[in-house]
Amino acid sequence: MSPRLDVTHHGAAAAGGPLLFLERTRAVSLGEWVVVRQTGIADRRGQVIDAGEHATVVQLLDDTVGLAPDRAEIILTGEVATTVVGRELLGRAFDGHGAPVDGLPAPIGEALRPIDGAPINPVRRARPRDFIETGISAIDAMNTLVRGQKLPIFSGPGLPGLEIAARIVEWARAPRHEPFAVVFAAVGITARETRDFLDRVRASGALPRTVLYLNQASHPAVERLHAPRLALTAAEHLAYECGLHVLVVIADMTHYCEALREIATAREEIPGRRGYPGYMYTDLASLYERAGIIQGKPGSITQIPILTMPDDDVTHPIPDLTGYITEGQIVLSRELHRRGVTPPIDVLPSLSRLMSGGIGEGRTRPEHREWSDQLYASYARGREARSMAAIVGESGLPAGDRRALAFAEAFEQTFINQSGRRTIDETFAAGWTLLHTLPSDDLTRLSAATLAATLAAHEASR
Amino acid sequence: MTARIIRVAGSLVEAAPLHGALYELAFVGTRRLLGEIIKQRGDVCTLQVYESTTGLAVGEPVEHTGVSLTAQLGPGLLGAVLDGIGRPLERVAEATGDFIAPGARADTLDAEQQWAFTATRAVGDPVEPGDELGTVVERAITHRVLVPPGVHGVIAAIDSGTYTVTTPIGALTDGTTLRLAHRWPVRIPRPVAERFASSRPFVTGQRVFDLFFPVAEGGSAAVPGGFGTGKTIIEQSLAKFSEADVVVYVGCGERGNEMTDVLTEFPLLVDPRTGRPVMDRAVLIVNTSNMPVAAREASIYMGVTIAEYFRDQGNRVALMIDSTSRWAEALREMAARQQEMPGEEGYPTYLASRLGQFFERAGRVRPLGAPTREGAVTIIGAISPPGGDFSEPVTQAALRVTGSMWALDAALAHQRHYPAVDWESSFSLYADQVAPWFTTHGGEHWSAVRADLLALLQKERELRDIASLVGPDALEDHDHLVMDIAAMVREVVLRQNAYHPHDAISSPPQTYALAHAALEAFRDGERALASGTAFAELDLAPTRRALAAQRDGVTP
Repeated sequence: MSPRLDVTHHGAAAAGGPLLFLERTRAVSLGEWVVVRQTGIADRRGQVIDAGEHATVVQLLDDTVGLAPDRAEIILTGEVATTVVGRELLGRAFDGHGAPVDGLPAPIGEALRPIDGAPINPVRRARPRDFIETGISAIDAMNTLVRGQKLPIFSGPGLPGLEIAARIVEWARAPRHEPFAVVFAAVGITARETRDFLDRVRASGALPRTVLYLNQASHPAVERLHAPRLALTAAEHLAYECGLHVLVVIADMTHYCEALREIATAREEIPGRRGYPGYMYTDLASLYERAGIIQGKPGSITQIPILTMPDDDVTHPIPDLTGYITEGQIVLSRELHRRGVTPPIDVLPSLSRLMSGGIGEGRTRPEHREWSDQLYASYARGREARSMAAIVGESGLPAGDRRALAFAEAFEQTFINQSGRRTIDETFAAGWTLLHTLPSDDLTRLSAATLAATLAAHEASR
Repeated sequence: MTARIIRVAGSLVEAAPLHGALYELAFVGTRRLLGEIIKQRGDVCTLQVYESTTGLAVGEPVEHTGVSLTAQLGPGLLGAVLDGIGRPLERVAEATGDFIAPGARADTLDAEQQWAFTATRAVGDPVEPGDELGTVVERAITHRVLVPPGVHGVIAAIDSGTYTVTTPIGALTDGTTLRLAHRWPVRIPRPVAERFASSRPFVTGQRVFDLFFPVAEGGSAAVPGGFGTGKTIIEQSLAKFSEADVVVYVGCGERGNEMTDVLTEFPLLVDPRTGRPVMDRAVLIVNTSNMPVAAREASIYMGVTIAEYFRDQGNRVALMIDSTSRWAEALREMAARQQEMPGEEGYPTYLASRLGQFFERAGRVRPLGAPTREGAVTIIGAISPPGGDFSEPVTQAALRVTGSMWALDAALAHQRHYPAVDWESSFSLYADQVAPWFTTHGGEHWSAVRADLLALLQKERELRDIASLVGPDALEDHDHLVMDIAAMVREVVLRQNAYHPHDAISSPPQTYALAHAALEAFRDGERALASGTAFAELDLAPTRRALAAQRDGVTP
């Protein structure tokens, strides 16, 4: 972009909600950073979201209480929004604008980077294949997480989505013990949720390798659009320039989408489903797609966004569009939570699309795929039997369905439910123990060879 | 007076004073981003820009080009990985690095590469559009170098030899230069001599499609499914294993890592029919969800134009669109930014007509020119309905114009039953049309086996409904047999493992044999019951194991 001096406008034509409207602007560019100055109140920051000769729209990232559009000075900086990146950010905490909130001076950093990022050229991406052992059986066995993946947690109000993310930060074992870092973006979550998350990260000793961007529920809503972009820009530098394996946790994407809707409504845009803007898919993709591995570069970005499904509805536009972009999803279940299953992960609607590349010979176990398919099939049958039993009673079920029902109960209580970290070997042992309670004719997903081998091993161990 | 930008909103730019033609390309801004004029009002033009507009400023110049978006068609397309506007992504990477930045210019075809051209026509021959001038061998395909549509005359010069795609291979007496490659505007269907219905199926190698819901070659299918139901796996399996000479795969607004999968796998996978890597018959068009939406909108037209080019040479081409919904959303996004009056769910009112025009570019045809040949483009369009709700506008519009629907079901996907095709709501309008072919090439009683199995599954669904109301005790022995055999059919015949070396592809005879064997097992069971055996005494486990072994290609 050609350099240009600041342009100052005296007074805006209109202000409403988080938007400021300017008239007769010249040389204004899309995405340009704007500073609004008014005597008596602190500077406000914003970004040009519609640039026009006749009318320009600025989206303010701070609250607008006390802003008098006709008296304010609006400075168009001629630069797109950038943020400081660098290794020295590790161990630091910032607000949703990138200003330090830990009492330390602002970092000098290694570079300034535009926060919107740019799409990774698909031909330069490397295929994610490295298995991350999270220590959680429902994930490691059934929905394996691999490096470079974006795997969201679909939580519900009151369900422990953030807790599971904290546990993954705490328990995850990187392959080959390579250097890793955590970048956490709090987006509109409460002070209590933030504190609980940070306490767990601190307890795990990962805090010195963590960068925090904290926009909490009490902070301006529009800033929520900013915080995840800062976090991902910092993460990209750590991953692709510093060679670290970065885990990015963003919570809560539901608040992010609500801020997006707020802006769209303020702009009087044509709303899409449930009032969310029609471009929400593209907007969310511009965040989620900032995960991956680049050929020839040592680092990686793995993303775990957390979202709250309004009314536990997986078809709500927020989880729906997310699921279409991310490489799977971990879905939490209120029913399991109520029954005390921890973590309450419902494996049936959960999915990891990159699982096949991360499992099998040399990664986990050669039989991983068929073994997890069998667990899925048997559990799915048990769940079906459970709903049938609710009508006809357990005694009215055929023998095969009764077995499946017992399997499903045991699966939830002894496999999904866990108190401490499990290694992948422990997870496999727990899974096989369950499968051995079924007659071999029920194990239709296992190949003859696997079946023979496991039966032999089972016999030997008795 | 130079045209200047007067407004930038997302990927939409307004410029004035500019008098262009609709769909004409323009260079936008000092970085010369590529854009397309989509509206003209007074002296104000509205353009959609194919590259990121961040940083684009009011007052920057706009220059129109006089041409519309074209595909460059010629040798060198096979194995190519292009973005939505036809730039090879490798070349873009050379220009802008690991991340895509605006402003990179690159032709689709490599201008340096030399091709051996063998002339099949001679000086003095009169030629018409579509006539073969000669051939060039590229990978598994022999390109016919064709007289471009709209060009005719008498050959003044032509020589076999080695050429690049831009150097002349000859000329007509009126001075028209002949080259190995030519350009065609992507939004205009390439002309053909004749379109006709096809009695040949597009053989997918997937049992549930070939047997239950076939697509005719030159037909089209819509594949709607919520997220996680396996649309992409189906599209990829078809790209790998279907019977087609050329596969054009459009990753339209989908995931970057998924395309990496395709790019890693296709060069390694061998097409069993030619013994060559799958990549040798593939053209990939990749415009991921975070790449500019205007280029996403263009990507499917780029794809179908390349498909039509190969069709015109006499090839059977499969065009995979993953996903049609992302294209429709791009259309919606551009319409909303122009403040057009929205139709259903915010989509523009012309959604259905555009979709119809696009799917109608599928077809089995006799291309223009000599020698007489036949070619086909079959379109398989994945659809991503919001919330998995098929009543939404994109699914409904697609169903009106495609001949098959493969409805994907979340409940099946949750059980890891893939392809998760719901046999109740899926349909095929081609089944009767292609039945004779399958009878000849698959098995003698193809239609009967198909009908009997569908009836069996239908019966099972009814019995399940009864059982869930009054309990399984109320069922008769024969009902139990139906349920057990139907379960076996679902498990062994319909489920297909895309990762299994033997099961990933199932030829029509293999599909028939398996389906026939399952039906025989049912008849055996019925006979046993009729002779007085109680259902509880029947042991179906060995049958099931034998079928599974047959499917997996192992001896039980």
